[in-house]
Amino acid sequence: MLEVRNLTKRFGGLVAVSDASLDVPEGAIVGLLGPNGAGKTTCFTIIAGFTRADSGSVRLNGQDITGMAPHRICGLGMVRTFQIVQPFAGLTVQENIAVGAYLRHDNRRDAMAEARAIGKRLGMGAMLDRPASSLTIAGRKRLEIARALATGAKLLLLDEVMAGLIPTEVTEIVGIIRQIRDEGHTFLMIEHVMQAVMSLAETAYVLNYGKMIAQGTPRQLVRDPAVVEAYLGHGAAARLQEAEHA
Amino acid sequence: MMRLASYGQVALVVAVLAYLGAVYVMPSQVWMGFTINALAMTIVALSWNVTGGFGGMSSFGHAAMYGTGAYASAVLQVQFGVNAWLAFGAGIMAGALMGGFIGALSFRYGLKGSYFALVTLAFAEVLRICAASFNITGGGRGLQLAIEPGVAALQFNKDRVLTYTLLLAIVALVMALTAWLKYSRFGAYLVAVRENEDAARALGIDTYRVKVTAMAISGAFGGLAGAIYLQLWLFIDSAVVYGVAISVVALIGPIIGGAGTVWGPLVGTLGLHLLGEGAKTALHNAPGLNFVLYAVVLIVALRFLPQGIMGLAARIGAFGRKGGDDA
Amino acid sequence: MSSLILPAVLNGLTMGAVYALIALGLTLIYGVLHIINFAHGSLLMLGLYAAYFLFSYLGIDPYLAIIFVVPAFFVLGYLLQRVVIAPMSAGSEQNVLLVTLALSLVIDNLALFFWTSNTRTVDIPYAWDTVEVLGAYLTKGRVIAFFAALLVAGLMWLFMTRTRTGSAIRAVAIEKRGAEIVGIDVNHTYALTFGIGTACVALAACLLLPTFYATPQVGYTFVLVAFTTVVMGGMGSLPGALVAGLALGVIEALGGLFLGESLGQIGIFVAFILTLLFRPAGLLGRKPT
Ligand SMILES: Nc1ncnc2c1ncn2[C@@H]1O[C@H](COP(=O)(O)OP(=O)(O)O)[C@@H](O)[C@H]1O
Ligand SMILES: [Mg+2]
Repeated sequence: MLEVRNLTKRFGGLVAVSDASLDVPEGAIVGLLGPNGAGKTTCFTIIAGFTRADSGSVRLNGQDITGMAPHRICGLGMVRTFQIVQPFAGLTVQENIAVGAYLRHDNRRDAMAEARAIGKRLGMGAMLDRPASSLTIAGRKRLEIARALATGAKLLLLDEVMAGLIPTEVTEIVGIIRQIRDEGHTFLMIEHVMQAVMSLAETAYVLNYGKMIAQGTPRQLVRDPAVVEAYLGHGAAARLQEAEHA
Repeated sequence: MMRLASYGQVALVVAVLAYLGAVYVMPSQVWMGFTINALAMTIVALSWNVTGGFGGMSSFGHAAMYGTGAYASAVLQVQFGVNAWLAFGAGIMAGALMGGFIGALSFRYGLKGSYFALVTLAFAEVLRICAASFNITGGGRGLQLAIEPGVAALQFNKDRVLTYTLLLAIVALVMALTAWLKYSRFGAYLVAVRENEDAARALGIDTYRVKVTAMAISGAFGGLAGAIYLQLWLFIDSAVVYGVAISVVALIGPIIGGAGTVWGPLVGTLGLHLLGEGAKTALHNAPGLNFVLYAVVLIVALRFLPQGIMGLAARIGAFGRKGGDDA
Repeated sequence: MSSLILPAVLNGLTMGAVYALIALGLTLIYGVLHIINFAHGSLLMLGLYAAYFLFSYLGIDPYLAIIFVVPAFFVLGYLLQRVVIAPMSAGSEQNVLLVTLALSLVIDNLALFFWTSNTRTVDIPYAWDTVEVLGAYLTKGRVIAFFAALLVAGLMWLFMTRTRTGSAIRAVAIEKRGAEIVGIDVNHTYALTFGIGTACVALAACLLLPTFYATPQVGYTFVLVAFTTVVMGGMGSLPGALVAGLALGVIEALGGLFLGESLGQIGIFVAFILTLLFRPAGLLGRKPT
């Protein structure tokens, strides 16, 4: 469904993303892992059309969307969420979701009805009339997903929607994402919470210093010395091995 | 269409309507003349409200659209003998084009906030100097319409009651359009752009187009206001119709009344004019003092009434249903 | 025609120096407080009246008046920031612009009320003497303003780089939090900067009055020129304001020469719009992303 090929992005002297490729098959939940500053969010901003890559290409359902404007990409069925949540603070939760729903509904009544339905599906029924600015961080993360879903997009790019949540909230979101996937959506998700990645993603990619250093099932990845080193620092893999053998 | 959120807002709206009705039976002609001016300025305020209120793009130069509407209509009538009705329509169109043009340029290069405010002001100044310099716009002397009262030339100044009624109808129409805009998809997109432009883009909104369209709609209302000014006074000059006073009144009214609400521009502009008129009477027509008063009210409103008078009224006896929907 | 160009350029430079002087205060305020002070032109107008009244009632020469007017305006600026602008704008950028706009309305219209719209001039004959420079005849008052502007820009630069207060101001401009942590009183520094900016504009007023006039509307004419200067010079840059001010003076003079007097100012606004659109970081700066 999504094919990303050889993306490279420089910020001045810093190579934030370097020759990174990945694939997201339809119906899958694919993880994108990596330490802080690895370039994950930058990848998302390029894929979703918010920044231009220096080189590389992005294809969605076979169509080349490299460098296309975000709103057109959204119209083609791919939508991103923000790691730093971006609610429309002055609007209610329902109105927030409705902004997404207007992409497929041209009048207020339908858009608001759709927003209500989606809000309820994501367990936000009681908050619909509250201003978005009054939501907790968990509520805001959920709102990001709800708005994205409301656009009718089939492929959702989620940027750390579980960061900062307590375990019960993580469990809830994991359930919601699985449910949405079963209804026919596809996910590419940046995630730090390993528990969530392990239980959701079939495949995951690992980015480090802008480079894709590994790909595989989450279980394979946590055993991959390169991945462990990336997360825990140089020599960590060797030390772990020693510890295991000792 | 124009949903109100509290008993306070209902009371406020009823008071405004009662005043507008009472003007018909007031013994003194002064009230009607003064309210005609207030209503004419309300249209510019409604124009500013589209971009500054709903879209959060605060312009300091709405005179650019106002003056363009007035001049387009005047030049066509005076220099080319075009029928007043056609010229009136052309004034609206010209305002829309000017708004769209300024918007397209500004937003193409990503101007926001104070930069946008200043560039609109600069546009109004450029147009003012141009209008004062070229022969076709009458140069420094301005343009004077030939006086021919009647429907054909759209000149009703002799009949105050008719003029007043027509202005009421036009203000009602523009407010209805504003309300329709607010509850349409476009309105939701415009507010989304104001609240968070990145999120709006992510959700499939062509933010550039939304902003430019808003400027064009606002420009059409502004052009309409300018064309009305011409028909009311039958004379324009650049210092007035492209003047900074227009731009200032255009923004103060809505901010005080409640930016981004349907009733706010009317409430604010009418309130300001009443206040200004009261002060003028009390102080024997001292020049400029009404603006001092407007400015002080603006400062106080910025500090203490972030949602304007409509926002204040919304808190008095709220209906207790959904939040966030403040007319 | 070409024989007219050099005098026009030189005249433009002298006018440009006044623009630069006005803009120095504005750009300093922007650079440190990150606010656009719409009332800057109105403060200039007040300065012109202050110098005018000192001359007409007490017979004090405007150049001498500098020693009274400049400190008084420093205090005025300090108080305006501390008592009106900061508390009333509640920290929002848009509100600051609106509050200073309101402030300019109050000042301009009160001036109109108390002093009427009559044009006030001072009669200082020597200011109108001409001096010959490269075959062009320049007004002495303007030449004085030109050198004073260069001097003030230089002094300001020294103040900002060589004094403790200057360092504190720069620290606050660059990193407000950090400055707070090392014990700098940020609100005081802001007000101080606003005071200095206002003192600058008062100085410009004293230098301008001998060859100019005071009316309540004069501030509005200058505030747009000052914005243009600040934006072209790169918001917050002192050397930029100096160069841009001089350039604008020349643009205006040449505009007047080729397009006629009334269209001359248009060059300034067109320059303003083009700079805002294409080089918002100023002619010398890089475009922010
Ligand atoms: N707009 C930008 N300008 C300059 N550097 C940036 C910008 N965006 C991100 N970076 C840098 O690129 C690197 C990757 O950042 P990011 O993609 O946010 O990492 P991640 O999401 O994996 O934590 C970081 O070093 C970050 O500082
Ligand atoms: Mg990130």
